[in-house]
Amino acid sequence: MFYREAGEFSTSYRDDAQTFPIAFDRRRYYLVLAVGFGVIPFFINDYWANAVLIPFLVWSMAALGLNILTGYCGQVSLGTGGFMAVGAYSCYKLMTAFPGLNIVFCILLAGLITALVGVLFGLPSLRIKGFYLAVATLAAQFFFVWLFNKVPWFYNYSASGQINAPERTLLGVAITGPNADSAVKYLFCLAFVVGFAWIARNLTRGSVGRSWMAIRDMDIAAEIIGIDPYRAKLSAFGVSSFFVGVSGALFFGIYLGAVEVTEAFGINQSFLVLFMIIIGGLGSIFGSFAGAAFMVLMPVLLKNILVGGLDWDTAIATHFEFVIVGGLIIFFLIVEPHGISQLWRIIKEKLRLWPFPHDH
Amino acid sequence: MKLKTAVIVATVMSLSAPVAYAELVVPWLSYRTGPYSPSGIPAADGFADYFTLLNERDGGIGGVPVRVLDCETGYNTQKGVECYEATKGEGSLVYSPLSTGITYQLIPRATADGIPIHSMGYGRTAAADGTIFSHIFNFPAHYWDGASIAVKHILSLNDGDISGKKIGLVYHNSAYGKEPIRTLEEFSEKHGYELMLIPVDHPGQEQKSQWLEIRREKPDYLLMWGWGVMNAVAIQEAANIRFPMENFIGIWWSGSENDVLPVGERAHGYKALALHGVGNGFPVFDDLQKFVVDAGMAAGAGDQVGTVLYNRGMYGALLIAEAIKTAQEIHGVADITPAMMRDGMEALEITEEKMTALGLPNFGPAFAVSCENHGGNGIAMVQQWDAENGEWNIISDMIQSDKEIINRLIMEDSAAYAAENNIEPRC
Repeated sequence: MFYREAGEFSTSYRDDAQTFPIAFDRRRYYLVLAVGFGVIPFFINDYWANAVLIPFLVWSMAALGLNILTGYCGQVSLGTGGFMAVGAYSCYKLMTAFPGLNIVFCILLAGLITALVGVLFGLPSLRIKGFYLAVATLAAQFFFVWLFNKVPWFYNYSASGQINAPERTLLGVAITGPNADSAVKYLFCLAFVVGFAWIARNLTRGSVGRSWMAIRDMDIAAEIIGIDPYRAKLSAFGVSSFFVGVSGALFFGIYLGAVEVTEAFGINQSFLVLFMIIIGGLGSIFGSFAGAAFMVLMPVLLKNILVGGLDWDTAIATHFEFVIVGGLIIFFLIVEPHGISQLWRIIKEKLRLWPFPHDH
Repeated sequence: MKLKTAVIVATVMSLSAPVAYAELVVPWLSYRTGPYSPSGIPAADGFADYFTLLNERDGGIGGVPVRVLDCETGYNTQKGVECYEATKGEGSLVYSPLSTGITYQLIPRATADGIPIHSMGYGRTAAADGTIFSHIFNFPAHYWDGASIAVKHILSLNDGDISGKKIGLVYHNSAYGKEPIRTLEEFSEKHGYELMLIPVDHPGQEQKSQWLEIRREKPDYLLMWGWGVMNAVAIQEAANIRFPMENFIGIWWSGSENDVLPVGERAHGYKALALHGVGNGFPVFDDLQKFVVDAGMAAGAGDQVGTVLYNRGMYGALLIAEAIKTAQEIHGVADITPAMMRDGMEALEITEEKMTALGLPNFGPAFAVSCENHGGNGIAMVQQWDAENGEWNIISDMIQSDKEIINRLIMEDSAAYAAENNIEPRC
C-alpha cells in the first residue's frame, strides 16, 4: 500500500543509487524539508526555538558526528563533550579575535580546528580498541574541561571563566547575541544541520563510508582486502570531530550564547550523545535525529504534560521525568535493541506489504 | 450537592477559560531535585511563603494578588533557559534564577526582552554597575562585597595584620565559584596574604584530593564558595582533617542548616557570612505561622521555616514586593508591567523603619538603589554555627565592604562587558 515499489523503475544508475529510491519516501522527505524551511519559521516563537527546536538541531548534529565515528566506524568515543568544548571555544576565540570574520566561517573553522584535534586524539585508536579506546577518549573529555578551566587565554581572561557570544550578523541579520530573532537562529541551525546530514549521508554510502564500515565489521578482514586502517580510522575521527565541533559552536553561539565549560561540556554531555545514538540507532542518519529527539525533547514534553497540563508539583514532576524517560529507554531497547531507526525500518517493511502481508 | 456542582462548574470553568484578571506574576527558578536541592528547597519555600502571606493577609500588593511561577531547573543552565522562555510570556515581572550560571545566561536575554533580574547576592558582580546593566540588580550585596567582608573579618581577628598568612579559597569550579578570585587577588596585594585556590568540580560530592592538599599546605584560613551538597561535604572533610572550624568561613550561600547538620557536633564553630538576620524570632514569623503554615498553605514540606536559606528566599521576596510597591507608586498603576517593575527596582529604598513595619527589625541593612548603583551598600554580618543548640548566631556587627577597590574592579569588568556588547552607559 505505502512504500509501493510497483511501477517504479530506475532507468539509470543514478536513479537506482539515490538515497530515497521509493517515491513515497522521497516525497515525505521533501515535505519534511519544506515544512522545516517554509512553514515552521513563520510560526515559531521564542519558546519553541530556544527550548525545543534549536537544542534538538544542535544535539542532532552532535549525534550525527558521533554516529559517524561509533556507528559507522565502530570506534567508541566518550570524548564528545570535550570535542564540543573545543568547537565552542574555537568559535569564541575566532569571533573575538577577528570581529570582522563572518559567523559562518567562524563555525566552519571551529569545526576544522576540532577535526584536527580529533585526529590527534584518534591516534591511539590505531593501537587500542573497544573499551580501551573508550577510556582513551574519556581522557580527552577530562583534559579539555580541565584545559578550558585552567588557561585563561581561552576565555579571554574573563573573571568568571564564562564565554559570551558577541553579536554577529549574516547579511545584516543578527545570528548570535540576544537580539537575534528566534526564527533566524532556527533557520541558521537548520541549514547547517540539513547540509551536514546530507554530507554525512553521502560520505557514509561512498567509498569512505564503506571503508569505515569494513573496519567496524572486522578490521583484520578489512585490512586484508586492502583498506588502510590508518586512513579509515583517522578520517572517521576527523570527520566526526568536525561535526561535533560545529555542533559545539552552534551550542555556544546560537543556542545558549554563554557557556561555562564544566557544566555545558561535562562528561554528562558525552554520555547523552552516546545514549542518543544507541537509542536512535548506530550507523543510521535517521537514528541520529530520532535519538536526539528522544533524549532532548522527551523531558521537555513530559515537563509540559506533567506540570503544564496536569499541574503537578514541579519536584515530583521532575522525578517522574527521570522515571518515565528511563523506563522508555529500557522499553525501547528491549523491544528493539538496534534502536528507533531499526524500528522505523521494520515499520516501513510492514507498510510495504500492508494490507497483504503474505502475498510474496 | 448544589455546592458540589457549583464547585465542579467553577473548577471546570477556571480550567477551560483562563479569565484575564489582574495579577502580578513573579517567577522563581527553583531546584527541588538533584545535588543542589539541599540549598534550593528552603529558598524556594521562603520565597513562595512570603507571597502567600501577602496574598492571604493583605490581598496581594496594592490589591493585586501575586502568583509565584515555580519552574524546576535542577540548577541546570539549559533547563533554566527553557524555564525562562516558557514563563516570560506570562507577564513575568522579575526573574530570580538563584543560580549564577543561569543568571549569566539570562543577562543578555532578559535585557533584550526588557524584564529585570534580581540576582540577590549572586550572579554577575559587575551587574552592580547600573549604567551598563540596565535590567540586572544584585542588591543588597554581591560576591565581591562578600570576599571583602570575609577578609575584613579575618583582619579583625588578627588586629588588622594578616601579611604572610595563607588563605585558601575552596570554590565550586564554575562561574559562581570563580567570581571572588579577582577581588581576593587584589586584596592579597593590599593586605599581603597568600591566596591558595582549591577548585571543586560539580557537583562536589568528591573532595578527597582537595582536602589532602589543604592538609599538606596548612592554610591559616579557609574561605568557601560552595553550593548544594558541596557545602556539607566540605565541612565534613574539614572536620575529618581537624581543620579549626572557626577559621573556616563560607560565603552567605555556604552557611545554612542543611550544610552543617549532616556533620553533627564537629561542625561546631563553622562560620559563614550573613546577608540578613537568622532564626524565626522576628514578628513576621507570627503572621507566617498564622496565615500560611497553620492554614496549610506552606510551600514544600513546610519544615524549613526560619532556616537561613528560607529567610534568604523570604528576604528576596520581600525586596521584590517592596520594589513592586515602589513601581505601583511611581506609575500609579496597580497591575504593573516588567518595564514599570524595572523602574520600581531602580527606585527601591529600604530603611530600618520600613523593615520594622514589615515585621523584620534589624534583619537586613538599609540601602537605596539608584540608576548607577544596582548593588546596594555591600553590608553583611558574620554568623557562627552552634552545634550544641543547633542554631546560627550572628557574631559581628554589620561589616561594610572595601568599596574603593571593589568599585574600581566593577568599573573595569562592566566596561569590558560594555565594549564586548556595544552598550552605551546610561544615567
